[in-house]
Formats: sequence, C-alpha cells, structure tokens
Amino acid sequence: MDQANWSFIFVGVTFALYIGIAIWSRASSTEDFYVAGHDVHPVINGMATAADWMSAASFLSMAGLIAFLGYGGSVYLMGWTGGYVLLALLLAPFLREFGKFTVPDFVGDRYYSSFARVVAVVCALFVSFTYIAGQMKGVGVAFSGFLGIPFEAGIIIGMVIVFFYAVLGGMKGITYTQVAQYCVLIFAYTVPAIFVSLIITGNAVPQLGFIGNVKGTDIAMLDKLNTVVRDLGFLEYTSTSKSMVDVFAITAALMFGTAGLPHVIIRFFTVKSAQAARVSAGWALVFIAVLYTTAPAVGAFARMNFIDTVNEASYIADDEDYETRAATIIAQGGKPVPAWYKSWEKTGLLHYDDKNGDGIMQYRGPNAPDGIANEVNPNRDIFVLANPQIAGLPGWVIGLVVAGGLAAALSTAAGLLMVISSAISHDLCRRTLFPSMNDKTELRIARFSAAGAVVCAGLLGLFASQLGFVAQVVAFAFGLAAASLFPIIFLGIFWKRMNKEGAITAMLVGLVSTTSYIIYFKFMGGTAAGWWFGISPEGIGFLFMWLAAGTGIGVSLATPAPPQDIQDLVEDIRVPGTRRSHGMAEGGMAPTK
Amino acid sequence: MGVSTMATTDQKPDAKAYWSATKRLTVSLLIIWFTVSYGAGILFRDQLDNFSIGGAPLGFWFAQNGAIYVFVALIFYYCRAMTKLEKKFGVKR
Repeated sequence: MDQANWSFIFVGVTFALYIGIAIWSRASSTEDFYVAGHDVHPVINGMATAADWMSAASFLSMAGLIAFLGYGGSVYLMGWTGGYVLLALLLAPFLREFGKFTVPDFVGDRYYSSFARVVAVVCALFVSFTYIAGQMKGVGVAFSGFLGIPFEAGIIIGMVIVFFYAVLGGMKGITYTQVAQYCVLIFAYTVPAIFVSLIITGNAVPQLGFIGNVKGTDIAMLDKLNTVVRDLGFLEYTSTSKSMVDVFAITAALMFGTAGLPHVIIRFFTVKSAQAARVSAGWALVFIAVLYTTAPAVGAFARMNFIDTVNEASYIADDEDYETRAATIIAQGGKPVPAWYKSWEKTGLLHYDDKNGDGIMQYRGPNAPDGIANEVNPNRDIFVLANPQIAGLPGWVIGLVVAGGLAAALSTAAGLLMVISSAISHDLCRRTLFPSMNDKTELRIARFSAAGAVVCAGLLGLFASQLGFVAQVVAFAFGLAAASLFPIIFLGIFWKRMNKEGAITAMLVGLVSTTSYIIYFKFMGGTAAGWWFGISPEGIGFLFMWLAAGTGIGVSLATPAPPQDIQDLVEDIRVPGTRRSHGMAEGGMAPTK
Repeated sequence: MGVSTMATTDQKPDAKAYWSATKRLTVSLLIIWFTVSYGAGILFRDQLDNFSIGGAPLGFWFAQNGAIYVFVALIFYYCRAMTKLEKKFGVKR
C-alpha cells in the first residue's frame, strides 16, 4: 500500500474518532459549553491544554526553524514553555478561584467597568483570529500536500470537522477531542524522532542522542554538525546572528505572551479548584515538554541528514528514469539525489537551481570558503514532513505524520473558537448588552457565534494563503497578549490598588504601542537600524509590557482607589476557599468543593 | 523554602500570613526560573559553554533542553509547597 492510502486511512480513522467523541460529549448548559462543567480531571486538562497549545506551527514548523537557526531557535523552546511557569505561579490558580468563564469576565469584574471588559474582548478577539487563520492555513496545506485534495477543499473539510465538535460539544467536546488529538500528535512526532536518533547516534532517546556521539565514533553529534555547517559557509549550529538583547526580548515576549493568551488561560477554568489548576499547569507542561525537548534533536538530526544526503549529489531530471540513472551514478562512484527529494520536489517545498551547470547539487551558506554559490533551497517545513522518508521509514509512518499535523492544527483551532464564541455570546451579549438574557438563549447564541467564527476562520485561512503573512502576524498575537493582557491580569491579582482608570490605560498603551511598532517595522519599511534598543518586532511586546504596567500603575495612583468590595474580591481570590458570594447571580459560579 | 511565619492554632485561616508566605515562595521560584532560562541560556551562556554535558555545550543545552526540565520541576514543587502552606495556615481547599 502506498503513502497516500495510508494517509487517507489515518486521517479518516482519526476524524471518525473526533466526531464520535463530539457526539458522546454534547454540551447541555452554558457551564458545559464554556468550561466543561468545571470538573475536568487535572491530568486530562493538562493533556487537552498541551494539544490546545501545540499548533500546526509547533508540530510542522518549529523543528525546521531550529534546524536553520541553531542556537537562535532557543527563543521558541524557552519562550513557549517558560510561560507555563508564569501561568502556574501567577495567574491560573487565582483566575480559577475567581471562578468565571472567560478572561474579559475577570477584567470586567475586577475593574468594575464595561469599557474595560469590551477592551479585553477586542484584545482577545484580535489575538485569537490572528492565530486561527494560521491553523486553517495549516489544515489546507496538509490536505493539499498529502492527499491531493485542493487547498480550498482541504480548508472546508477542516471547517466542517471543527464545526461539528465545537458547535455541538463546546468546551466539553473540545476537551475530550483534544485529549485524543494529543495522543495522535505526540505519537506521530516521537516515532520518527526515535528512529532517526537510532540511525544517527545509536541512542533510542532523542534527547540523549542530541548530547551524544555520532554512531560508531567518539565525535559529539553537535561538534560534527558545527564542523559540517561551518565548512559549507553557514554560521556554527550552536551560535546565532541575533544580538543577546534581542534573544532575551523575544524569549520574554513569547513567555509573557503565552501566559496572557486567552485560549490557554480558559483551559484552567475547566478544573475543579485552584489547587487542581496548579497541578494541571504542571501536567500541561510535562505533555508539552515531550515534544519541545524532542524538537531540538529532530532539528539537529534533520540538518545533518539533509546535508549528508543532498549536498554534492548528482541531480536526476524528471524526464529520466530514476532507478536506472541512480544505478549508473552509483556505479560511477557518485551519489544520486535521494528518492525522497524527488518525491517532495513536486510539492514546491524544495528547489534546485543548477547555477554552475555541473549537474551536482551544491548546498552552501552565505560565506562558503570555496566560493561556490548555493543551489538548493529547502522550505523549513520539509524537515518534519520528510523526516520519516529521509530516515527510510515505511509509508504508514508518513500517514501518521499527516494525521498528527492535522490533529495539532484542529485542536488549536477549536480552543481559539471557544475564546471567540464566548467573547461574543458571554462577554458582549450577556454581560454588556443584554444582561437579562437567560441561559438557554445564551447557549444558542454561543453555538451560533461558534459557527460564525468557524466560517470567518476558514475565510481568513484562504485569504492568508494568498497574502502569506501569517508568520508575521503571529508575532503580533504574542506581543499583544504580553503587552495588553498580561500586565492587567497580573496586577489585578497582586496589586489591590490597581483601579479601572489604570487598567484601561495599561491595556490601551500596550495595544497601541505594540501595534504601531510592529506595523511600522513589518509593513511600512522600517529597518533593523531603527529598532529601539536593538529589539526586533518579535520581541517588542516585552518592552511595551513594562511601559503598559508602568503607566497603569502611575494612573492608578493618581486616581481614586477601587471600591471596598473589589478590594475584598482580590483578597478572596488570593486565598482558596474564602471566596463567598461574588458572581453567583451574574451567571458565574464560585468554585465548590 | 524557609517559611518562617507562625502557624495558627485556631481553625480560622490566617489569610495574611498565608499570602505573604505564598509571595515569598513565588519570588524564590521565579528567581530559579529566571536563572535557568535567561541566566544560563542567554546572559551567561558563553561562560557556561566552556563546560559541557555529554557532547553539548552547557549554555546551549540549557537554552534548548535543560531549562524546560527545570520549568517542569518548578511547577510540581510549587504545587507541593502550596499544599503544605494551605495546611499550615488552615486554608480550606
């Protein structure tokens, strides 16, 4: 059976599984729909959070980015995991103790202001739509690249699946499908990694192979990689061209951004208590770490394998018979272009340009000592996708990787849809515009806005594929979450004196400064020479986070203190079990034990 | 963690002492969080790279693998320590 058939089987079986789970876990109340009834087990929630968090970018693109960036890729590894420490220590347990449904819920109540709630809704919607466009695009790419289904049709199939379990099951349906999706994606990621690690280092544990020696020698794998890439004119693998200030700022923007992302925070509303929220954050990071500690090994192995098999290989054109030509090249003592390269070339992810006309594929960096121009341009995403074939693994493993990539994209898309639908039905309709609405109507509006959001997301996915700007806007999502949402949530818990004037100022300062900086340097031709303190747009959220917090504190001190009942509320959420009556009447629910 | 605040003897939770102990614990853990990632992985990376763990330069390893292991350990330590604090100060869970 060939690769495409295996892919169809895996994708079909996993999709059937997701739909089955959705039917089994239908939501019957707003509580089920928004927070899965507040009674998800911490370990289960940890697993769902991991799937929610790890997107198509984590699964498909991150290892490839690291393969190219070497040490520079560390910003993603530390940034996208370290945020969970902030979540567990500074936000999750307290927000759970607060006991409501959404992030704007907290902002609106803590800062006793509908305007603050609406600003938070705007931030949450912006961050989530930015993110979801990338996921839908990922779904389209997976379908068109592997199953031969057109890009647009792929996005529509993805939309139908997500529609089904998000609209029907809400948070409850999403939670249990995410658990299944985590299992699929982590299996699909680690199996090829283990085989590749065995081939290169002889160690079955990729994390140990990463720091081990090349198989059958006593040369460290990373030392060999450094030598190989340096000789081809690239930067050493363990170094970077980014400045230390920039590496610091990007890592920090990603960390604080992670902690401020609404779709991650709301997962911690689904557990029973503040203590369960802490434990759950720990388990979420365990499940995330399985992939995130494997990724640097996959990146390094992939870079090594790619150079070994492709550099200096004799190219075979499409009109020649691959088998006979390859046999001739080998007989003449040469190295033919590998078969996996030929099969992936059709997708446009690899490109060979024979500049010196010798028919040999020279792969070189910008400072090649032999002065030869680079002729091979691989797309970063190729490294995870082609990994199983590069390692000579059977066709079913590739089918597994396809199903894994789709699981990663769909699980993140679903989590984001929840944020969008609850922001509209709960925060805008119920809490701001029509407070007298009953539960049943709210649930209907929630389903309706989830459905609307699926359609918008699909259209954004189609649109984004033409503009190709997703990667740039994702930096925006993190910077915005770090600069506008993190400071006011953190100060709302740890500083009683923070009032509504301060909070609104902080959110607006964070929103406007980050947006302007990114737009100027990404889309209006700003150059690196003009960066403030040498910080790139990816890292600027970290700087503006301090600016937002600083102005918010200043404005708070210059205006009246928050009312006594708000100060009592803050004291209550700091100490588990003391929260009494707040919110019961407003459609929220204090945690029960 | 050296939590030095007195334990209460009656049943009412000592919310003030509990909160200051919580803040002390949080700050200590965040210092470790900062040290392993920004410290070992970025600021002092060049110095640490003079040492190695297996075949990897130590600073590079912290940035790509080591910091993540410490993050996991930090959260679970925090859970345990908070459970103890809640017991000590009579906070109902």
